[in-house]
Amino acid sequence: MKILVPVKRVVDYNIKVLVKSDGTGVETAGLKMSMNPFDEIAVEEAIRLREKGVATEVIAVSIGVQQAQDTLRTAMAMGADRSILVLSDESPEPLAVAKVLKALVEREKPDLVFLGKQAIDDDMNATGQMLAGLLGWGQGTFASKVEIADGRAEVSREIDGGTETVSLALPAIITADLRLNEPRYASLPNIMKAKKKPLETIQAADLGVDMTRRLTTVSVAEPATRKAGITVGSVAELVGKLRNEAKVI
Amino acid sequence: MSEREAMEFDVVIVGGGPAGLAAAIRLRQLNPETTVCLIEKGSEIGAHIVSGAVIEPRALEELLPDWLERGAPLKTPVTEEEMYFLTETKGFKIPALDRVMPHLANHGNYVVSLGEVCRWLAEQAEELGVEIYPGFAGAEVLIEQNRVVGVATGDMGIARDGERGPNYQPGMELRAKYTLFAEGCRGSLTKQVMEHYNLRKGVDPQTYGLGIKEVWEIPAENHRPGLVVHSFGWPLDDKTYGGAWLYHFGENLVSYGFVTGLDYENTWLSPFDEMQRTKLHPVFRKHFEGGRRLIYGARALSEGGLQSIPRLTFPGGALLGDSAGFLNTPKIKGTHTAMKSGMLAAEAVIDALKTDRAEPASYTGLVRKSWLYDELKTARNVRPAFARWGAKLGALYAGFDAMVLRGKAPWTLHFKHADNETLQPASLSTPIAYPKPDNKVTFDKLSSVFLSNTNHEEDQPVHLKVRSVDLWKTVNWDVFRAPESRYCPAGVYETADADSNPHLVINAQNCVHCKTCDIKDPTQNIDWCTPEGGGGPNYPAGM
Repeated sequence: MKILVPVKRVVDYNIKVLVKSDGTGVETAGLKMSMNPFDEIAVEEAIRLREKGVATEVIAVSIGVQQAQDTLRTAMAMGADRSILVLSDESPEPLAVAKVLKALVEREKPDLVFLGKQAIDDDMNATGQMLAGLLGWGQGTFASKVEIADGRAEVSREIDGGTETVSLALPAIITADLRLNEPRYASLPNIMKAKKKPLETIQAADLGVDMTRRLTTVSVAEPATRKAGITVGSVAELVGKLRNEAKVI
Repeated sequence: MSEREAMEFDVVIVGGGPAGLAAAIRLRQLNPETTVCLIEKGSEIGAHIVSGAVIEPRALEELLPDWLERGAPLKTPVTEEEMYFLTETKGFKIPALDRVMPHLANHGNYVVSLGEVCRWLAEQAEELGVEIYPGFAGAEVLIEQNRVVGVATGDMGIARDGERGPNYQPGMELRAKYTLFAEGCRGSLTKQVMEHYNLRKGVDPQTYGLGIKEVWEIPAENHRPGLVVHSFGWPLDDKTYGGAWLYHFGENLVSYGFVTGLDYENTWLSPFDEMQRTKLHPVFRKHFEGGRRLIYGARALSEGGLQSIPRLTFPGGALLGDSAGFLNTPKIKGTHTAMKSGMLAAEAVIDALKTDRAEPASYTGLVRKSWLYDELKTARNVRPAFARWGAKLGALYAGFDAMVLRGKAPWTLHFKHADNETLQPASLSTPIAYPKPDNKVTFDKLSSVFLSNTNHEEDQPVHLKVRSVDLWKTVNWDVFRAPESRYCPAGVYETADADSNPHLVINAQNCVHCKTCDIKDPTQNIDWCTPEGGGGPNYPAGM
């Protein structure tokens, strides 16, 4: 069984991004970039499935600029067998990504596409679902537990108020949630070995996919800063303030 | 037997700053067959780089003469220079700066982001075939038969209690014929190597400064690219060495910072608050109006100069850059000297490789014959003059040294004390009233550390090791009233229950790796060790 794991290069989760002074987006120049943490969880789960003998090959794929190959090297240092970089100029939107992935699925014929549930930069939470729609495959999103047996995937999903378990016929789409696993470190020996693993680069244009932008960003602003709190002296004062000043009771 | 994997190289370099990267590049230029591995504890090259930074391109020109064509990020030439002596309300501009303080003549120099320069140097090095691994800290020096044979990277995934967590990954031995330590000021492995080989024998104690920096974005109409401003005097008293810098560079960016000499005496002094309040002085304040603060960071630097440089080589390796203390203090520049030392060490290593000698000893001679040595020799009496006679007389001596003696004084002034010995007890020190942050121009420590993007994996042993908790209580608290809570620019050290049962709390996850605690603790009771690789600040390329 082959697993395809799409990984996105995003601003590292430790970095506090700043809105550009003209409000057209956030400043990303010169910032540390890393693999989207949810994608890391997907990579980890795919590797575990291979280690258990369920999967035979894990292929990482990324769509974006040349530097996204660093992200793919990380995936291979964690344990992915090989990877594909689809070169495209700017960060494409989810529908375009889903279309590119569909083209790769048709080429690679995996039994499972394992994605992160969303990317931490734009928080779209759409690519996995769109890809399932385009392929007509079943989907198990927000996975916190995955079992694969007899051509089916049993996926425990994190939903409001509890867990839902769905059973999917393979091939299928699964998106990883935070609690699925804790990804391993890429060790130095494995990073060294990953330099020698195959990384294929293809141009997005060569896949014949329509990547026209359909979304427009109107403006980007920083969230309002939290106002300093106050210390109240008594319950009566608290109630008074909630009623008369905050007007919430 | 160790379960660690091992790999062999000709040369292993610890630290991806200007010194280490220049050495790596030079090694491959001199002999493309040399296998060179460079490790860096920051999450990426440049992540732990803090510098003003006005750089002199001299060493870069020697290393990569076509740096301009290669797109080196040296884009803002210095255009205007001002040096002020500050009193609380006034600033006196020093006239004829070129002659009085020739070290500070910055024509031909560039205001840069050193983090960006290092990222670019790393690209050049990788192109030449250097293997660079950021995110891995050199945690242990490997010494066999009294020869350094490499370093081991730290284990990953060790839990706070010291036990192996579920994601445990053992470190790796990077073995090499020669190991070059380019960890910057007060390197933790350098410290061990210096002790083991007694490299500091017969030289002055090193003296340090703590640089704390902010990067601001200011309105385009106020931006004067290439403007360089320095100050000394207020807010420090005459006995304390230090001053501020402010450089306009890049796209509406301003680099502002303050260096405090760590031989300061007053235990109540807080370098962070000195840096904050200096922004309120009329000479500086106008530059920040309407701007916003983007980045914050801090790093100690070596100020001792020539008298404090240890023996540079030992069997199996050498010390580079600020690990050795090559910073030119009156010039307040260390990048060109760091790079030059790295290049010379590379020459010595190539030489030693050919003849299979244990110690790349020709490095010392190469340094002595180079401009690096001449520069440090000329500058050698300035910093100790300040240590001896204070800011005003020190500055007068510096002017005399430059204009009359031209750096050729027949004497050499020495440093008498290590920085940890200079602190006065709380009872003999005058408390300092620092203004409250206004959250427009001045800020508190925690909101500042937030802007350094600092992170450490939470579940790991504390990397700031206190040797004796009792000693902290009887000395740090009882005598000095917890100076670490003031000199630490990241709020790592706090005293809990000060009124009833004072004890030290260490917020190690805040640490920006400046090394000041390792330097200034009165009894050298704190050891700064490398945390898990990839931890620490994540300074963006603008830093």
